[in-house]
Amino acid sequence: MITIYKARKIITMNPAHAHTTHVAVRDGKILGTGPLEDLEGWGDYTLDDRFADKVLMPGLIEAHSHLMEGSLWAYTYVGFFDRMSPEGEMQKGSKNLQEVLAKLKEAESKIEDPDAPMPAWSLDPIYFDNVRVTRHDLDQVSSTRPIGIMHASGHIMNVNTKALELAGMMRAGVNHDGVPLGDDGMPLGELKGPDVMTPVSPFVGFDRDMLACDEKGIWRFGKLCVRAGVTTATDLANKLPDETVNMFTKITGQTKYPTRIVSLRFHHGISPEDLIDHAIALKPKSTEMLRLGKIKVIVDGSIQGFSARLREPGYFNGAPNGLWYISPEHLKYILENALEKGIHINTHTNGDQATQLVIETMTEALRKHPSSDHRFVLQHCQLADAAQFRKIAKLGMCVNLFANHHFYWGDEHYKLTVGPERAERMNAAGTALREGVPMTIHSDAPITPLGPLFTGWCAVNRLTASGRTLGEADKITVDQALYAITLGAAYTLHMDQEIGSIEAGKRADFAVLEDDPEEIGSDKLKDVRVWGTVQGGRVFAVADI
Amino acid sequence: MSLPVTILSGYLGAGKTTLVNQMLRQADGKRLAIMVNEFGDLPIDADLIEAEGDDMIALAGGCVCCSYGDDLMAALTQMAAMQPPPDHIILEASGVALPGAIASSLGIVAGIRAAGVVVLADVAQIEGQLANDYIGDTVVRQLAAADLVVLTKGDIAGAAQVAHARTTVAAHADSAAVVEASHGRVPLDVVLNPVQIAIPQRGEPHGNAAGLISEVDVPEGEVDADDYARELASRTEVIRAKGHVNTAQGLRTVQVVGSQWEVSAPPQNAQAGVVVIRLKDPV
Repeated sequence: MITIYKARKIITMNPAHAHTTHVAVRDGKILGTGPLEDLEGWGDYTLDDRFADKVLMPGLIEAHSHLMEGSLWAYTYVGFFDRMSPEGEMQKGSKNLQEVLAKLKEAESKIEDPDAPMPAWSLDPIYFDNVRVTRHDLDQVSSTRPIGIMHASGHIMNVNTKALELAGMMRAGVNHDGVPLGDDGMPLGELKGPDVMTPVSPFVGFDRDMLACDEKGIWRFGKLCVRAGVTTATDLANKLPDETVNMFTKITGQTKYPTRIVSLRFHHGISPEDLIDHAIALKPKSTEMLRLGKIKVIVDGSIQGFSARLREPGYFNGAPNGLWYISPEHLKYILENALEKGIHINTHTNGDQATQLVIETMTEALRKHPSSDHRFVLQHCQLADAAQFRKIAKLGMCVNLFANHHFYWGDEHYKLTVGPERAERMNAAGTALREGVPMTIHSDAPITPLGPLFTGWCAVNRLTASGRTLGEADKITVDQALYAITLGAAYTLHMDQEIGSIEAGKRADFAVLEDDPEEIGSDKLKDVRVWGTVQGGRVFAVADI
Repeated sequence: MSLPVTILSGYLGAGKTTLVNQMLRQADGKRLAIMVNEFGDLPIDADLIEAEGDDMIALAGGCVCCSYGDDLMAALTQMAAMQPPPDHIILEASGVALPGAIASSLGIVAGIRAAGVVVLADVAQIEGQLANDYIGDTVVRQLAAADLVVLTKGDIAGAAQVAHARTTVAAHADSAAVVEASHGRVPLDVVLNPVQIAIPQRGEPHGNAAGLISEVDVPEGEVDADDYARELASRTEVIRAKGHVNTAQGLRTVQVVGSQWEVSAPPQNAQAGVVVIRLKDPV
């Protein structure tokens, strides 16, 4: 059964047929592209012209996100920016603390069980003058129900008095940098850092293993992907116990599930030896729709949390250097063994010292275990400078830059964390491409919203939320951005032989767009409307999900 | 009663695992709970293991060992709720973790309290670690948080290197006691109560941890304060000393921390007498 789709325009990412109008699909794979007469030779076909006024692109690829984005939508969204829910309801941004509290009150009044905790997410007080939210504010919403709000960064949580009581923290004498106290000596309900959040999280409804995602969350994640034109997405840090793998396999195997999921085993809480063994054991469990066997190694923390490892001159505000989340010795073990055994490694490095450690460790590891095509990816890699990008290119590594971060936190980096010069070079997509580094860009959803076209807009315009252009020289073109979110991303996943472009033999994965991203204008790339997706030949319309 | 937690820190290869095994052998009826990042790092001697589960190993004498993986705080909360409760938790931090930060986090968990921070330093490696661009500041921060530093592997490295390491470590761990012990041979009570080694004020009860002797020395007649302090500092079993001695120039204050010593002017109303804290049996 052959279907030939007719489109207003097909952007193929195949230079030999860069633009065309028809694509022939059989059994979920592409037979070819071209004018209709080029495709008729494949035999009997059905001409499907439902996309006759649409623009097709290769299915977009989000190469750094977390399935947790789907789970969070079960909770109340109190972010500053408007955000589309998986069900298509535009959640209005809360522009000040009063609006946050009003939204919480409204949601609270709908919960029937008086003792049920109320989790909320994506608070970002930097957009309202860094006003400190306290338990007294949240007590206005409820003094009897535990309430917890996760900040957009994921590094801070605000809770009410009831939550502190349940966690045994509503007492004098708590002495911790991450727990600011009020004039009465009692915690204010602001909890900074995972160490102080985790003792309270279960009492406010944030499940400890939220990162692993639940069934409902996976379905919601799939819906978000369709809305964003995404047909392949990563779940970048998962412990991947058997029950999770079984659930992922079951759900992604259903014909109604619209997204190919690439889930990475992360290194925390397991010895390097066991980590390598687990990755090897996971790989053969991969299916067409669920890809396993890759590893995520978290090397340092975050720049806005001052836990990233920076080289000199360090943090702009004089904060001490950040934290290592792995020892150089364990990193070396993992890189060497992965090279030897053919395991794909993705390293999270935010600070440039962490990036440098990976570069140097990789240089030595490759001497021992030369590899012609490992494509290990530096994830985030936000502060890398030109010399590092040159070295990254030489080592055969790839980068996945956090373009969205520039928009949401660029102003903070400029003012506070790394200062103007280094803030300008953060997520230097232009430099990466000039130095020949295979590159993609990401949202890190749920930290920022899933949406590769928005991510592309961020990399093209390098605007911050306040409207500052940060790093003119590192802007990339629309064409480069569109490549980064399709074939560029596929390359970093070792999947460019099957996805990332619309050409013969590849999966029939398309983003179906109402507007032409090549024509709409670089400042409007984020406004391109998504009709839906085609995934493995299956059509998913946003209107129907 | 809150459950005491000793934090065991030190860079990779410093000998934490060896020390933990030695502690278990010395437990003598004390129910110790050992918490490690992951079991891969803790090959508990096979003869100590009674039963193994996914995250918990039951050990001889009612001791347990559990792995906390990526959620230390949750594991601590569970440990605090364990029935019957352990007598003492020994928390083995990962090689790059900052024990000071962990100690302050312990205060968040109801029912437990920090008993102190023990940092292990391999005498042959510590200089290189401190000079390393990547991990040097992490090791500095570990040492700065120490109540007790245990110099390890001195038997292999030799006395000169031990002395050198002792000076280096003391410079970064100025408030800590420094002891040398190879093969984990540190008295259990010293590890369980590292803070108690801190110099007691005169007139206050002295630390009385088993394995440590705290005594007051009043030298007869006048002494040379420098000679007196230097001699104390040269004795490996002396961990700390502080007090005042009569000299030809009048009363002087002496202070000894490990191999470091200092003589200074006495405070007002000082009386002769030096509190000396030393290991009972040099191990």
